[in-house]
Amino acid sequence: MSASPTAATDDDRERTRREALCRYVLRLGDTSLVLGQRLSEWIGHAPELEEDLGLANLALDLIGQARLLLGYAGELEGQGRDEDALAFLRDAPEFTNLTLAEQPNGDFGRTIVRQWLLDCWQLEMYQALAGSADTRLAAIVSKAVKETRYHYRFSSGWLVRLGDGTEESHRRVQVALDELWRFTAELFAPDEIDESMQAAAIAPSLTELASRWSSRIDADLASATLARPAAQPYPWQGKRGVHTEHLGHMLGEMQHLQRTYPGARW
Amino acid sequence: MEAIPDCGSAPGSGAAAASPEAAREQRVWALLAAVPDPEIPVLSIVDLGIVRHVRDSDDGRLHVGLTPTYSGCPATDAIRSSVRAALDSGGFSDALLEEVLSPPWSSDWLTEEGKRKLAAFGIAPPEKGATPAVACPHCGSRATDRVSEFGSTPCKAHYRCRACAEPFDYFKCL
Repeated sequence: MSASPTAATDDDRERTRREALCRYVLRLGDTSLVLGQRLSEWIGHAPELEEDLGLANLALDLIGQARLLLGYAGELEGQGRDEDALAFLRDAPEFTNLTLAEQPNGDFGRTIVRQWLLDCWQLEMYQALAGSADTRLAAIVSKAVKETRYHYRFSSGWLVRLGDGTEESHRRVQVALDELWRFTAELFAPDEIDESMQAAAIAPSLTELASRWSSRIDADLASATLARPAAQPYPWQGKRGVHTEHLGHMLGEMQHLQRTYPGARW
Repeated sequence: MEAIPDCGSAPGSGAAAASPEAAREQRVWALLAAVPDPEIPVLSIVDLGIVRHVRDSDDGRLHVGLTPTYSGCPATDAIRSSVRAALDSGGFSDALLEEVLSPPWSSDWLTEEGKRKLAAFGIAPPEKGATPAVACPHCGSRATDRVSEFGSTPCKAHYRCRACAEPFDYFKCL
């Protein structure tokens, strides 16, 4: 008995779809994980106890979201890797997070700018993905988006306080914004994975997302009395595994224990 | 008990106790109602609204659905172990624990009994609105300020009362 040609094509198509979905979910999970790890570097170092707790809470939510997303990506991959294997046993070129997420914390203002740019992105992205044709992904983000609303309230609140604060706080967040802005084009630059997921009604159109993100950004910048930097060329490819040098250093710390004592448990 | 969408059967729904399955499910609800939340032990996991269903399935096993409050809530694993222990102690060792993500948990699912227990414990229960005037659980005054959006656990914010000057936790709306 040989399978009919149609069946073989259907199998191929299903395998391709599954691989693309796996990559897509992995990107979302990696962005949450890397941003969560960055925020957790603040624990014990934030300017005030309340902000220390706030950043730690954000980190916890993001790492929780990453667990759900990476767990799903591992199942789609079907090679027996769970969320821990994906988090702790991959090297930088295998990480597919947005380049913005891996940028170092800098001062509190810079961390807030990075957080706010990505909160605005996650908020729009998760709201759109809640209607995804993939029900598992829709369920994960429907939960996550409720948490993201709190993250956005925290980061946009601080952006306004610092931007419309003292001369020094204004200057610092404006500089951070100018320096981080070059990583934002990647948030909305579709590649073949985004396009195939959009065609399958699993993911939203990045063009539409960009316009909603942009309106939110402009409104917050106006309240914060900050100037929107000019658009810049797009050379960043974190979601394709090409990273700035910062990610490797971060993973060196994050993965140290599992790399040194493989299989160690808490 | 408040109506919970997608809830198989609720504890104390005595009318249905006629069938052996319903009686069994009721025993399980009673067991789960004695499992405390590890972070807020005055609340049971049933008060918290995180037990989504208890039902007999076609595979002959009892299915118990649990939903996390926050994606990264560190209590989730501890809750699973306590639920497993409670089920074992009641003779339901073969019960299957299922993670339910959809619909996502909402603080609206906290029972009225749960809200009373929270307030008595010194944690202000969730109130509607983006920036509600939260009542102080110590003196009842609504002259309170939010100190921080985030508190000692993911589900709480940090407040203080201007009337009695005491700090307190507020259980956030989600």
